[in-house]
Amino acid sequence: MKALPSLAKALAWLAAVYAAMFAFDSSGLANPYWLQVFELACITAISALGLNVIYGFTGLFSLGHAAFYGIGAYTAALTLKSLGVESQPAFLCALLAGAAAAALVALLVGVSTIRLTSDYLGIATLGFGIIMKVVFDNADSFIPRLGGARGMTGIAKMTTLPWAFVLLGGSLLVIRNLVHSSYGRALVSIREDEIAAGAMGIDTFRYKTAGFVIGCAFAGLAGGLYAHLYAFLHPSNFDFFKSVDVLVIVVLGGLGNMSGTLVASFGWVFLLETLRVVLPPEYVEFRWVLIPILLVVTMLARPRGLLGIGEFRFLRGGAGR
Amino acid sequence: MDYFLQQVINGLQIGFVYALIALGYTMVYGVVGLINFAHGDVFMVGAFIGLYAIGKYHLPLFAVFLLATIGCAVLAVVMERVAYRPLRQAPRIASLITAIGVSLFLEYFTALNQVFGPNFYSFPRPFAVSSWGPGDISLTNIQAIIFLVTLSCLGALQFIVRRTRVGRAMRAVSFDPVTAGLVGVDVNRVISITFGLGAALAGVGGVLYGIAYPQVNTFMGVMPGLKAFTAAVLGGIGSIPGAVLGALIMGQSETLASAYLSSTYRDGIAFVILIGVLLLRPTGILGAAKTEKV
Repeated sequence: MKALPSLAKALAWLAAVYAAMFAFDSSGLANPYWLQVFELACITAISALGLNVIYGFTGLFSLGHAAFYGIGAYTAALTLKSLGVESQPAFLCALLAGAAAAALVALLVGVSTIRLTSDYLGIATLGFGIIMKVVFDNADSFIPRLGGARGMTGIAKMTTLPWAFVLLGGSLLVIRNLVHSSYGRALVSIREDEIAAGAMGIDTFRYKTAGFVIGCAFAGLAGGLYAHLYAFLHPSNFDFFKSVDVLVIVVLGGLGNMSGTLVASFGWVFLLETLRVVLPPEYVEFRWVLIPILLVVTMLARPRGLLGIGEFRFLRGGAGR
Repeated sequence: MDYFLQQVINGLQIGFVYALIALGYTMVYGVVGLINFAHGDVFMVGAFIGLYAIGKYHLPLFAVFLLATIGCAVLAVVMERVAYRPLRQAPRIASLITAIGVSLFLEYFTALNQVFGPNFYSFPRPFAVSSWGPGDISLTNIQAIIFLVTLSCLGALQFIVRRTRVGRAMRAVSFDPVTAGLVGVDVNRVISITFGLGAALAGVGGVLYGIAYPQVNTFMGVMPGLKAFTAAVLGGIGSIPGAVLGALIMGQSETLASAYLSSTYRDGIAFVILIGVLLLRPTGILGAAKTEKV
């Protein structure tokens, strides 16, 4: 019966931080640019936590995470536009629709490709990502509102700091509880040794598909928030490089480490933005020369992830306490 | 019918270029099990070497190929030595992320104004284009050169891998690196040679691509690289004939898709085929089925 107080405590923390965020957001003290960067970092973290479920905990190599992010983004934007009202409940519906659409597509992709072994699964998901990019590019030929290669405009700016932050907190809570449940233990056991897990009576196919679908649903949720943050969507926001971005974050944070993913997401997003501000305009291009060097050096020095930190206390499981 | 045959010839043209790139992916994967994401960018560097050698120094075609081959091989060997070798014992994902890092570095570093620059540059034609053939079907001299050069490269590679000591060492390392080391194969040297050989082929491919599609840019390697890698997986990664077969399928499907459907779907169709093939044959067309040992 320890679960209930711990949940209450987590919710209380969330509420307190939410109140602080809300006060900060409406006080006008914050620089709107950095506020937007912070929101983007929250969104990126939700998506990366999803990939962490897929790759970090279940061990499924996915190179197409951005495609599900994109499906969520386009679905949410289209849903809110179709509803015609820009209210908070409608926005919530749109976000859930985005997550659901990503989960549904992930189910179809998962059922057909999840049998493939490591690298082949990576290539199949990479291929799916490129197919989705082509679909987004041509989306205007079947739904004109999606804008296709010209980009989708006229999306309401609904994502605020409380939205991004609360959904990140909620995602963390859900994933923490998932990972420390018997369901999550099954996923981890598949990552460690699939044959042994099967021998222990775990339906590996079903659990792997479930892990994949859940992770992609978080990508879809993050995508919906992203769509309503910048109010503009373009297929190039969901290409192969974006899948790589999330993968880099998950690996830097350490596979199967939620706190690491969290820190790496914020670090990555803020590093990119800081370099944009710090470098003089004529040297902004050096940003993408520096980052790969940092990446390679980091991997050479810390091949098991940059942080290697233990989980934050509120993310730890109950068993050890 | 003529139109169809013409498209098949055009498909062969791009397919052969993909084959040259795919071979590097498949050889490196066969020997060290690494998806070398930077290989597409080695191809790009080959094209730029061609651009400078032809456009600025007006070298003869033979010297251009030689230069691109050597330049790319040196680049790949250095890359392997600096970035990949220290990580050989690390988790596989670390080398993969490093490969992505090297790839981004090559793209953005060469895009700096101080290096090649970020623009599209037109690739000078080293000779006048002419074509011959019956009826509406025509074969250009560019296509003839691509076919001849690629086929001779394939012949040379097949000879090296099947008939020489180095080739035998490569096959041994690919089969089992630890045992190969125990029986006296210098594993590090073999891996360097494999990287160099694959990059040399990509360099040739880069020059051919520049001649055929006369525009180069430092990001030109991304898509051909991904497609060539997909081709290698399609054919069964680790298998040299598989890579060529996969690349030819890739070239045909892409050309026929843009000829009969719409060129906007061109990039997608090849991957639809890939996923279809993987569902039926999870290790590619010519890939050996792996049995899992407990």
